[in-house]
This record gives sequence, C-alpha cells and structure tokens, in this order.
Amino acid sequence: MTRISVTVDGVSYTDEVEPRTLLVHYLREVVGKVGTVVGCDTSNCGACTVHLDGRSVKSCNVLAVQADGHEVTTIEGLATNGELHPMQAAFHDNHALQCGYCTPGMIMQAVDLLRENPHPTEDEIRQGMEGNLCRCTGYHNIVKAVAAAAGASERSDA
Amino acid sequence: MIPAAFDYVAPTSLDEALSVLAEAGDDAKVLAGGQSLLPILRMRLNAPEKVVDLGRIEALRGVRDGGDHVAIGAMTPYADVLGDALVREHAGLLARAVETVADPQIRHRGTVGGALVHADPAGDVGAPVLALDATMVVVGPGGERTVPAGEFFRDLFETAVGDGELLTEIRIPKHTGWGSAYEKFVRVSHQWSIVAVAATVRVEGGSIAEAKVGLTNMGSTPLRATAVEQALVGSSASALADACAAAADGTNPPSDLNGDADYRRHLVTVLTRRAVQKAMEG
Repeated sequence: MTRISVTVDGVSYTDEVEPRTLLVHYLREVVGKVGTVVGCDTSNCGACTVHLDGRSVKSCNVLAVQADGHEVTTIEGLATNGELHPMQAAFHDNHALQCGYCTPGMIMQAVDLLRENPHPTEDEIRQGMEGNLCRCTGYHNIVKAVAAAAGASERSDA
Repeated sequence: MIPAAFDYVAPTSLDEALSVLAEAGDDAKVLAGGQSLLPILRMRLNAPEKVVDLGRIEALRGVRDGGDHVAIGAMTPYADVLGDALVREHAGLLARAVETVADPQIRHRGTVGGALVHADPAGDVGAPVLALDATMVVVGPGGERTVPAGEFFRDLFETAVGDGELLTEIRIPKHTGWGSAYEKFVRVSHQWSIVAVAATVRVEGGSIAEAKVGLTNMGSTPLRATAVEQALVGSSASALADACAAAADGTNPPSDLNGDADYRRHLVTVLTRRAVQKAMEG
C-alpha cells in the first residue's frame, strides 16, 4: 500500500491505496465521488473525465498514486453554492443529454475546452470533444450546449 | 479492468531512476505519461513486478533552445509540445503531427518520449521525428549517448533504448521557415492512424528546394520515403503527383480490418501528395 494525499473538489484526503488502483476507482470507491463514471474502461469514451491540476484527463487512465500531491476536480465540484456551473446549465437548457451516462465526462471536457479556447467555432467544439463518446449519438445538442456556454461567458465578459 | 499488482517507485532524479532500474532488471517497466502503458496493464497484456514512474523528475520536462536545435525533454506532455513557441517556429512538422494524437485528455497526459520508446508503428510522433533528422539522447549506467532517429526505431515496439536505459531528450535540428503538414487517415477522429504522412519542405521561388517525408504505419517502424524526397526536388505545386507515386517504395505495410497492404500502398501515395501540397502552402 502507498500513502497518497490528494485534493478532490477542494477537500484534502489522505489514504492508503494499492499502487494499481486507478484514479477513477479511488474517486468513486474511496472518496465517494460517484458522479464520475466508468464507461468503456479502455480510455476511449471519456465518460470518466476529470480535471487534474486544471487539465482534463481520463481518470481510468491515471493511477491514483500519480495524483499524489495534486488537485482533482470532478463533476461534483463544479457547482458553487447550489448554483449549476454555466456549462451544466447550458447542457440542461439545450437538452444535451439523453441517457446521461456520458454527461459528466462531456461537461468536464467542455469546461476544459473553453479554458483553452473561450470562443470556439463549431468545428473546434467537435474536435475538442473528440475524446468523448455519446452512444445515444446526441452530439448535435451537446455541441449546441458548448456553444451556448461559450456565448454566455462572452456576454458576461462584456 | 484492473492491473495485476505491482510495486511502485517514483524517483525524483534521473540518477535515482537509473539505479532503481539497474536493481530491478527485467522485472521493471518504465511509466511515462501512461496513456499506452495503463491500457496494457489493465488488459493484463503485461504484468511487471515494478513500475518506475518518471513523472516526478522535473528535469525531464520542458522545451529549450539548443542553438541549432530544439531540445524536448522526454517527459514533456503532448499538450505542452503543441503550445510551445520554439516547436511551432522551428519544428512545425512535429506540432502538426502532435495535434492529431488521440484526443485532448490523452494529449494532457501522454508524453512525446514515452510514445517514441513505446514505438507503436501506428503512433504519430515517430514519422515526424524521423523526417526531421532528430537526435535522441539516451542515458544509462554507462553514461549518455546519442542515437540518430534513423537508427532509433529497430522493430515493432522496439527501439535502441536498452535495458536499464532511459530516453531523456529529443533534439530536433531547426527547420525554420519550412512548411509542414501531417496527413492522417482514420475512420474515427481520435483513433490510431491507418496510414499517415509527415511532410516538410523548403520552398524557393515556387518550387521545392528540399523535402523530408516520414510515413506512419507503413511497416513495423516509422519509415522515410527517400525516393519521394529526391523526386520532389525542383517540383512545383502543379507537378507533385509523379514524385509522390513512389511513396510506397520499400514499405511493408500491415493488413488488418482497416485495410489490406495494397490499400495502404495506394493510400500512402495519395496522402503524400496531399501532405506535400499542404506543406508547400505553409
């Protein structure tokens, strides 16, 4: 077992983990952040996307020990004071989910996309979301939601 | 899917990493960004006794100006290489290829050095590194040695990096002012290349003065299309097809569900023409 200290959604945790524990399993089973889901388990689908030190990663493709000393944000850490994050609100407003399983990963990647490129074109949104799969194939409204969230932040900038 | 149990070591210096590797011998596996290794461990295609994580060695990260070359630390993530001004100005071809690797999440974690040592023939960084005549810096118990990219890739998943050695830096001669393009053919955007072509050209007076072309997934290692490079010299944009027809010469592409070898031999001539055309445009 290896002792790790990780900050998850603003709270520090210190735990003993097996080195082979994947970050996603640590988050779900030890910390209790079940909002982050396991989708394909092959690092293809992006459903398990979280932010590690502010950058999106697939948490099934990172070991918990690699996150030692680092900061993780999950879908559960996006809302503040009961207010949905603008990206969560945009997904809600635009019907950007059907079964909803890919949604936590989609939203985490979409937040990262706007961090790197605050005003993406439609094509840039599709490229930026290439690592996230929706098996309901609801991509059209997902792209609309990301564009709407980008537009909302543009208005609040002005 | 959960990997088999292993011991984990995260050295904080290169010397410490080398001594851990020397002690562990064949039982150790080196972890760089983990974007290829972790799927392999999860599927239990490999079950090392010890995993040596290079992620805590700061000295292996970052891009610096080496004078006549750009030096890329082996543990620099794709995303940092992509955003680096030196790489974009002097090694544009590498940036063009890196932006096509997998997806943004993978590019945040995966490293250029890790991918090169993993040496998957369908990986996207081998061909540009080969085409740009890079030099690899390899460090082991006996000290440091340099290996030209042309001698680095030995076979499928096999490189010149020996037991107990580590790739520490990739030195890319500056190709300032060269145009470049990476033409990647895939069915699903974040997947491995079925075939891809890395081309960079120096244009003088509307025609090609020098050309360098690397091929992805046309054999067990990345390959150089030397016949095309020679035939392109003196070509203008309107007369590329003939020169690019030789792109499959000397290749030995795989046959799989994405296409058989003959399909790839044809595809590579088309992608080479497109890549060179785009490279000439900038």
